[in-house]
Amino acid sequence: MLGEAKLRERLEYALSTSKADQTEVVFVREREQLTRFANSYIHQNVSKDDLDLRVRAVLERKIGIASTSDLSDEALRGVVESATTAASYQQKNPYFLSLPWPRPIPRIHGFVERTATCTPQRRAKAVREICVPAKEQGLNASGALATRDYEYAVGNSLGLFAYYPTTLADLRTVIMSDTGSGYAAAVSLDIDALDAAAVGREAIDKALRSRNPVDVAPGEYTVILEEYAVGSLVVYLAYMGFGAQAYQEGQSFMSGRLGQKVTGENISIWDDGLDLRNLPMPFDFEGVPKQRVDLISKGVVRGPVYDTYTAGKEPARTSTGHALPAPNDIGPFTWNLAMETGQATKEEMLASTDKGLWVTRVHYVRPVHPLKTVVTGMTRDGTFLIENGEIVAPVKNLRFTQSILEAFAEAEEIGREAVLTREAFFENFIGGIRIPALKLRKFVFTSATEF
Amino acid sequence: MDELSARALNLAQAKGASYADVRLVTAETQSIAVKNGIVEAISLDTSQGFGVRVIVDGAWGFASSARLDRDQVDEVTALAIEIARASGLVSGGLINLGPPEVNVGSYRTPVEVDPFEVSLDRKIDLLLRCDKAMRRAKGVAVAEGNMLFFRENQVFASTEGSLIEQQIVETGVGLVATAVSADEVQRRSYPNSFGRHQGTGGFEFIDRYDVLGKAERLGEEAVALLSARQCPSGVTTLILGPTQLALQVHESCGHPTELDRALGTEASYAGTSFLTPDKLGTFRYGSEIVNITADATLPGGLGTFGYDDEGVPAQRTYLVKDGIFVGYLTSRETASHLGQHSNGTMRADGWGSIPLIRMTNINLEPGEWDLDDLLADTDDGIYMEMNKSWSIDDKRLNFQFGTEIAYEIKNGQRGDLLKNATYAGMTPQFWGSCDAICNQGYWDVWGTPNCGKGQPSQVAHVGHGTSLARFRDVQVGVMR
Repeated sequence: MLGEAKLRERLEYALSTSKADQTEVVFVREREQLTRFANSYIHQNVSKDDLDLRVRAVLERKIGIASTSDLSDEALRGVVESATTAASYQQKNPYFLSLPWPRPIPRIHGFVERTATCTPQRRAKAVREICVPAKEQGLNASGALATRDYEYAVGNSLGLFAYYPTTLADLRTVIMSDTGSGYAAAVSLDIDALDAAAVGREAIDKALRSRNPVDVAPGEYTVILEEYAVGSLVVYLAYMGFGAQAYQEGQSFMSGRLGQKVTGENISIWDDGLDLRNLPMPFDFEGVPKQRVDLISKGVVRGPVYDTYTAGKEPARTSTGHALPAPNDIGPFTWNLAMETGQATKEEMLASTDKGLWVTRVHYVRPVHPLKTVVTGMTRDGTFLIENGEIVAPVKNLRFTQSILEAFAEAEEIGREAVLTREAFFENFIGGIRIPALKLRKFVFTSATEF
Repeated sequence: MDELSARALNLAQAKGASYADVRLVTAETQSIAVKNGIVEAISLDTSQGFGVRVIVDGAWGFASSARLDRDQVDEVTALAIEIARASGLVSGGLINLGPPEVNVGSYRTPVEVDPFEVSLDRKIDLLLRCDKAMRRAKGVAVAEGNMLFFRENQVFASTEGSLIEQQIVETGVGLVATAVSADEVQRRSYPNSFGRHQGTGGFEFIDRYDVLGKAERLGEEAVALLSARQCPSGVTTLILGPTQLALQVHESCGHPTELDRALGTEASYAGTSFLTPDKLGTFRYGSEIVNITADATLPGGLGTFGYDDEGVPAQRTYLVKDGIFVGYLTSRETASHLGQHSNGTMRADGWGSIPLIRMTNINLEPGEWDLDDLLADTDDGIYMEMNKSWSIDDKRLNFQFGTEIAYEIKNGQRGDLLKNATYAGMTPQFWGSCDAICNQGYWDVWGTPNCGKGQPSQVAHVGHGTSLARFRDVQVGVMR
C-alpha cells in the first residue's frame, strides 16, 4: 500500500503545479493476484500492480484530461500540463458548472489485511480444494480465485480530498462433465469468508445433476432464476437505464416515467455504496459521498443516479455520488446494487411450480431494445426442467429474448436471502450486487442449443 | 538488450526458471469525444510498465508492475517465480512450449501521417463539422463523434535469445446519430458501431472514410428508422453487409478457432468451443465457397503486427478452406498439444497481462459477386447491416444478432426500411447456407477494438476482412 499520507502528498503536489482554474486528481491503485485453473490444474497464475493517476483540468468551462502511471514529480507536472493543454483546445461546455466542493465522507472500513497479503500458495491450496473432489467424481474443474487490494484517492483544487483502501476476494468455478456443467461463486472483502470447498461442492453437485440433458422446446415458461441469473439481469437493467445520462437523453426506461409503475409491488431496487454487506465504496470518482438511491420502489420508478455533470443539467439537482472515472461515455453508474428480498426459499419456489425451468445462471446477456429493457442471452451451467414441484431432468440450454421489466412484473415469489455477486461490469473497481432468487410466471425462450 | 529486461531474465534463470520472457511496454493514447456540438472530452493517457513470465518446474508464473526500476524488476521477477512454484501445487503436467523460438528483429506500423503530429484543432474541427451535419435531420437527439490514436512501444526478450522491438500505431474514428421517440431509440453509426472503426496506421486512415460526407445521411437514417416497419418474423434469405459480416466472423469463427478455448482453458469465463480437435481437417464448417483466414500481415488491419507477444513472427493461415475446418489460432504451448508450431496469435493487453491466444485479422475471403447482381438474384429476403446487438452461447453455436438498419428485398430490388432487425441461427448450419460472397471490390478490413477475453479480463484489438454475403433459410425477426 502507498497509504493515505503518501497519496495526499502526491495529489497535493500535482494540484500545486496546476495553473488551471480548477483541477482534479483521481488516483487508483489496483494490485490483483489471480490464480486460474482449467482441466483441474492451474494453467494461469498472475500478479499485476497497476497505478493510474488521472487529472481533469478546467479552464473556464473547458475541460482537459490526462493520465499517467508514473508518480514522480516530473510525471505529475507533465500530466497536469497535458490536461491543461488539452483543456486549452476545448470549447466551453455550457453544462459544466464546477468540480464538486468538499462534503463529509462517511468512514467505512473495507480493507482486510489478510486478503491483501494472501499468498499464491494459499490461493493454490484453495483451488486444490475444488480440483481434487472434482477429479474424484470424474469431472473437470475450471475457474479463478482472485485477491485484490485497491487504493482510491480523489483530490481537487476546491479542497476536496477522499481516500479509501479496500480489498476483494473473488472465487468462481465451472465444473464440467462430458454432457453437463455446474457453476458456483463466492465473493467477499475477506479471503477468510470464502469457503472454496463449499463452492466446489455446489458446482460439483450441479454438474452431476446436469449430465445427459434433454431437449425442451423454446417457448414461454415459468422460471426460477437463481441469484447468479438475477444479478446478471439487474446489472443490464442498470446499464440500460439507471444512469442520468440515458435518462436525460430519453434512452432509459425511466425517461418520462418517473412515478409510474413498471413492475409488481414486490420489486424494489436501490444502490447503496455504504452498505457493508455489499462491497462498499464511500465516494465516487469525483470524491462525492455516495448516497443511497432508490431506483425502483414497490414497482414504481423513482429516478436515476447522477454525477456532477448530469446533475448540473437539471435545476436544483446534486450529484448522488455515482461518477465513473472521466472520460466515459455511459455517464453515472450504479455499482452497489441491491434488490428487496421476499419470503420464499428456493425449495418453496420449486414446490409451488407445476411446470417450469430452473436457471442457475445466464451467459452473454446483451441489450436488444434498451428502452423496452429487452435483452437476449443464454442459460448456462445448470438448467433443469420442473414438473409437479420437482426437478425431473436437466435440459439443454436455451436462448431467451425478454424484457427484464416485463419479466419482473411477473415475479410471483422473491427469495428470502440476498446473495452477493459480482458482474463483469464491476471488473475494474470494487462493487457488487446483493440479490435474491426470483420465481417469474412468464419468461420467453426463443431458441435452443445443442448442449 | 535493455538493462532492466536483461536483469529480469538473469534473475529468473538464477532463481530456477527454465524459461522466462519479459515485455517492457510504453503506451500513449489520445482520445477526443464530441457530443451535440460540445467537445466532451480530450484525454491524453500514458501507461508504462513491465511483465515477467516464467516457467519453473514446468508451471507458469507471471507478475507485472507499473513501476520501472531495478528494485521493482527484482521484486516482480521473484514474485513471478514464487507464483510459478505455487502453480506447481495443482499441476497438470509439465508445460511444453515446443522447440525454442529465437527471433531478433523489429517492426513498426507503416504510418504516412503521424496522428500524434496532427493538431488537436484539426481533429476537433472535423468532429464538430460531422456532429453538426448529423444534427441537420430534425429528430436527432444525440450526435456523437470520436477519434482515438494509440501508440505502443514494446521490447520483448526471452531466455531463448529472442529480442524484438515493436511499435504499433493505431487510428480510429466513429460517428453515431441517435434519434429518440416515446417508444423507440434508433441509432446509425459510421464507419462501424460500438465506438469506432479502427486500424493500424496513421491519420490517413481517417481520410479514407470520408466521415464528413456520410454524417448527414446518418442522422436522416436514424430519424427514418423511428417510423420504419418492424422487421418481420420468419425464415428467409439474408444478405449481411460488411460490418455485420465482420461481427459474424468474429463471434462464430474467430472465437471458436482459438485453440485455448477448444482445449478448455477459457471454460470458466467465455466458454469452450464446438470446434474440438477431433474435428480438425474433416468437419464441414460452411459451404464450399467459405474460406476464412487468419492474417496478421494484412496492411492496415487492426490485428496486424510484426511479432506476437511470444516473439513468434506474424503469419497468414487458413482456418476454414473450401468450407472445411482446417486450422486453429495457436500459441506455442497449445500448438505443441497438436504437434504443430505456433501460428503467432499470442497477444497481451498491455504490460500487465499475460499473452492469450487472440484473433489477428480473421477474414472471410472475397467471392465473385457484384452487389447489384446479388440483389437481382434474390427474390425475397432481408438486407441487414451494422451491428447493434450480439450474443452467442458458450460453445459458439447458437447466436442471435441485431443490426442498426435493414431493408426488405423484393424481386431483386431493395424495398422498405426495417427497424429492430434480428437474426438467429446455429453456426455450422448458418455458414453452410452461405451461397454467395461479394468480390474484392467490396472488401475491407474492419477493426474491432473491444474484443474481451480472459481472467483478469483483457481487451484486444482485432480485425476482420469482409465484403457482403448471402445466407439462405435464416430465422429473422426474433424480438417480440
